[in-house]
Amino acid sequence: MPDLPANFAAWFARKGWELHPHQADLLAYATEPATLLIAPTGGGKTLAGFLPTLVELAATPHKGMHTLYVSPLKALTADIRRNLGSPITDLGLPIRVEDRTGDTSYTKRQRQRADPPDILLTTPESLALLLSYPDAPRIFAGLQRVIVDEIHALAESKRGDQMMLCLARLESLAPGLRRVGLSATVEDPEGLAAFMASTGTPCRILHADPGPDPDIEILDTIAAPPWNGAGAHYAIPEILERVKKAKTTLIFINTRAQAELFFRAIWMANDGVLPIGLHHGSLSREVRDRVEAAMVAGELRAIVCTGTLDLGIDWGNVDLVIQVGAPKNIKRLVQRIGRANHRYNAPSRAILVPANRFEVVECRAALEAVYARELDGDPRGPGPRDVLCQHILIAACSGGFDTETLFGEIRNAGPYHDITRQDFDDCVDFCATGGYALKAYDKWQRLKRGSDGIWALRDPRAAQSIRMNLGTIVDTETLAVRLKSRGSGRPLGEIEESFAATLTPGDTFLIGGEVVTYHSLREMTVQVTRESTKKPKIAVFSGTKFATSTVLSHRVLDKLQAPDWPDLPRHTSDWLHHQRTISRMPTRDRLLVESFQADSREFTCIYGFAGRNALQTLGLLLTKRMEFAGLNPLGFVSTDYALLIWGLEQMTDPARFFVREGLAEGLETWLAGNAVMKRSFRNVATIAGLIEKNLPGRRKSGRQATFSSDILYDTLLKHDPDHLLMRLTRLEAMRGLVDFARIEEMLDRIGGKVDHVIAPHVTPLAAPLLLEIGKVPIRGAAEEHLLAEAAEQMMAAAGLA
Amino acid sequence: MRTYEFSLNGAHLTALPSGALWWAQTGILCVSDLHFGKSQRIARRGGSMLPPYDNRETLARLEADILTRNPQTIVCLGDSFDDLAAAEELDPSDERWLTCLMAGRKWIWIEGNHDPGPVGIGGTHLQQLKSGPLVFRHIADPDATGEVSGHFHPKTSVTVKGRTVSRPCFLLDDRRMVLPAFGTYTGGLRSDAAVLRELMAAGALSVLTGKKAQPVPMRL
Repeated sequence: MPDLPANFAAWFARKGWELHPHQADLLAYATEPATLLIAPTGGGKTLAGFLPTLVELAATPHKGMHTLYVSPLKALTADIRRNLGSPITDLGLPIRVEDRTGDTSYTKRQRQRADPPDILLTTPESLALLLSYPDAPRIFAGLQRVIVDEIHALAESKRGDQMMLCLARLESLAPGLRRVGLSATVEDPEGLAAFMASTGTPCRILHADPGPDPDIEILDTIAAPPWNGAGAHYAIPEILERVKKAKTTLIFINTRAQAELFFRAIWMANDGVLPIGLHHGSLSREVRDRVEAAMVAGELRAIVCTGTLDLGIDWGNVDLVIQVGAPKNIKRLVQRIGRANHRYNAPSRAILVPANRFEVVECRAALEAVYARELDGDPRGPGPRDVLCQHILIAACSGGFDTETLFGEIRNAGPYHDITRQDFDDCVDFCATGGYALKAYDKWQRLKRGSDGIWALRDPRAAQSIRMNLGTIVDTETLAVRLKSRGSGRPLGEIEESFAATLTPGDTFLIGGEVVTYHSLREMTVQVTRESTKKPKIAVFSGTKFATSTVLSHRVLDKLQAPDWPDLPRHTSDWLHHQRTISRMPTRDRLLVESFQADSREFTCIYGFAGRNALQTLGLLLTKRMEFAGLNPLGFVSTDYALLIWGLEQMTDPARFFVREGLAEGLETWLAGNAVMKRSFRNVATIAGLIEKNLPGRRKSGRQATFSSDILYDTLLKHDPDHLLMRLTRLEAMRGLVDFARIEEMLDRIGGKVDHVIAPHVTPLAAPLLLEIGKVPIRGAAEEHLLAEAAEQMMAAAGLA
Repeated sequence: MRTYEFSLNGAHLTALPSGALWWAQTGILCVSDLHFGKSQRIARRGGSMLPPYDNRETLARLEADILTRNPQTIVCLGDSFDDLAAAEELDPSDERWLTCLMAGRKWIWIEGNHDPGPVGIGGTHLQQLKSGPLVFRHIADPDATGEVSGHFHPKTSVTVKGRTVSRPCFLLDDRRMVLPAFGTYTGGLRSDAAVLRELMAAGALSVLTGKKAQPVPMRL
């Protein structure tokens, strides 16, 4: 083990700290090109990452930027700047640390480019922007180390792909650059190492001591959980009791809308005794900052939050995590539990609260998985090409590129290691000419190849709009919500434009835990007033509904196979026994299909256990095929476990419907006209630079000039269906919301073995699904019909019919 | 019926689901804001390169209405071309298609704010057209009666069972009507925008386009 320099050792001693073994390891391997540190929360991970930099800079002064730190969260950069201040000041080190995010002032950003600090703290998007300037080579010349924090979170989205492309670029600008990735516990460290290391460069994986097993329990409640629903309000009295006993609690809720409802419910039951805050992504920055500040100051006993607090500043005083609703994913559950980290090497405490009867089983299965240290996750696909298109545009902005060099460079990024020359050339062609079958823009190409072979912007003024659109986060269109007042009004948060459009003056909705009344829409701002009495119409947030992971679904299936369930509460084990008597239990290697009658309709319940997105897709495909077979299906609902279809005829010979070819064929035709495709297209086209992000200022002025990306999708589908963006859209939809891979996983698993049970009545497992009926959104042909109906009613109401 | 029939200043008119206006008695088919060459203009100005199929898509929809109605006269209510350069640089195949549609018919180009002055393609160029009880011009004159205009690209949103359906629409009251934009790449101005609320009288209607021309009260 290398010696910590004496002054550093003394500093550690003064602080009463000991150097953790993984911190020492990172020092020992500081000269290696790539290192991935996997450590639980609270393990001094960030200090471990910075220690080699501090030691190097203390020993040898460096000219220019020495270390670049990249974090997915803006808030983290500011926090880390403060934390680094302590050793730098205490040891009197000649080190300048600055952060640079979207919030950094223009003058400061200009100065940082002219005179970079020793350590720059930034986000992937700000880094991409820096790399788009022609002076990037000067800014990053001599860069020694890059630290990528929370790399496991970045790797889950396109932000990670962009980050790795930027790293490949940095490596060209500063050869010999060393990379350090800091990650929470993940299921596939080797995969993550391959993702972050330059192609052909070994990446050392260091594991910190994972610490003791967490202490997890499933909340025991007086009231049994309801049959369906996701609110878990039944458990609020017991949850409040637990919050009272703990010092500080994080209460994780799966969606923003549920978080709003839960917060309101807990606040009403709380009698105002415990200070409890609310934190989610649709609240305004100001509101979230206030909650975070109160948390840091130790003024809150609990925060009701969503995935926005999965990552972030370590609040040392959190000693309890409560997960409300199904965990869905073991890895995320482990990371959330790790947020209760008041002392390293003391077990984290967590409570799981199932929201309904089925989630009791899922919570138990997830708890067992955590103790078995089994994690889930899907292997990363190849790097998405819309991100590559954006990277090519960045290269053009930064002063142009030569295709040979750029191709070599991007293949050094892990996610793009295997990209073919053809795919790369397609992306360059798209950026240059639009890549259409109809060659219309020869004269007006976006990129032109000069006589020196360098591709650059035809019109240099285009650089500005390209820079404005950098990044891979495509938000849904949202509107700010403000309290109506004479001044500018206090910002409360934001709601989706589509939800705002459904509001009429006088309507009420929940935001930030309070009920507000809608007044008007003024300059893209929703004006509201406080309203304390009325029952709210709930705000609709887009928060992705995660599907239950494959590993967890399998564990639930295995759990159902047990002869008895002494580890489950009585109400749940009775329910499962009853299912076994009336029908049978779903298993991993066969597909259970039940048919029964209820309300003079024929129901078919399919226990696919493939996650909600895949089962939604299966429902659409299956009802089409059943229609064709004359079974007259009328509708369906799906959950993470099962699909319930109802119709006029009883299901016969269900095995014929679960044939891969038939389903795949139906998918082709169904996909093209689907809303999921249009949504995916909007994402892909925005990232690839075909359409511009909706920036607040631009929207205000140019409503008449902007048009929906759906029009572009429809036009391409008709005139150029094989266009690059259409191919990318398809890939993205298949992986994401369509999730056909999970249907295939199910088909592989069951191998054609289908058990058809004709039950005398509704079966216990199917009963909760029956309660979901009526929550299915309308779509397709029904829309025209309903529109006409609504129009006639409005005409009649206005006396115009 | 998929169309919506109404009277304006004594003229009996039909709003077609495509967004075109049909005046059967005079054989006039009127469309507004075709914006030919829009994708090209955006590319020329260094913006993004949108799918270059907007002209042919607009032409195909226009052709469909011409084939069903067989009009004697076509009135294009201005902003037919996204700018004058777009008119000059029309793709040869699009130009041939347009010429075919023009053959054997009277074709009137009303001046717009995007395309003031004549373009190099045939037809008659007018600032405005008076025909019987009606006057056709690009931008509405608040004092006019029996006026057919375009320019604003009106659209209306209707909430149906919690979902919002937004469509380009005709606006009409007793004195005037505003046509939706017929061009493929055209956005819309919400019919509750101040300028439209001031222009249209209290009992004005929005006639939504789409599969069916569907009237709803303009002020919901």
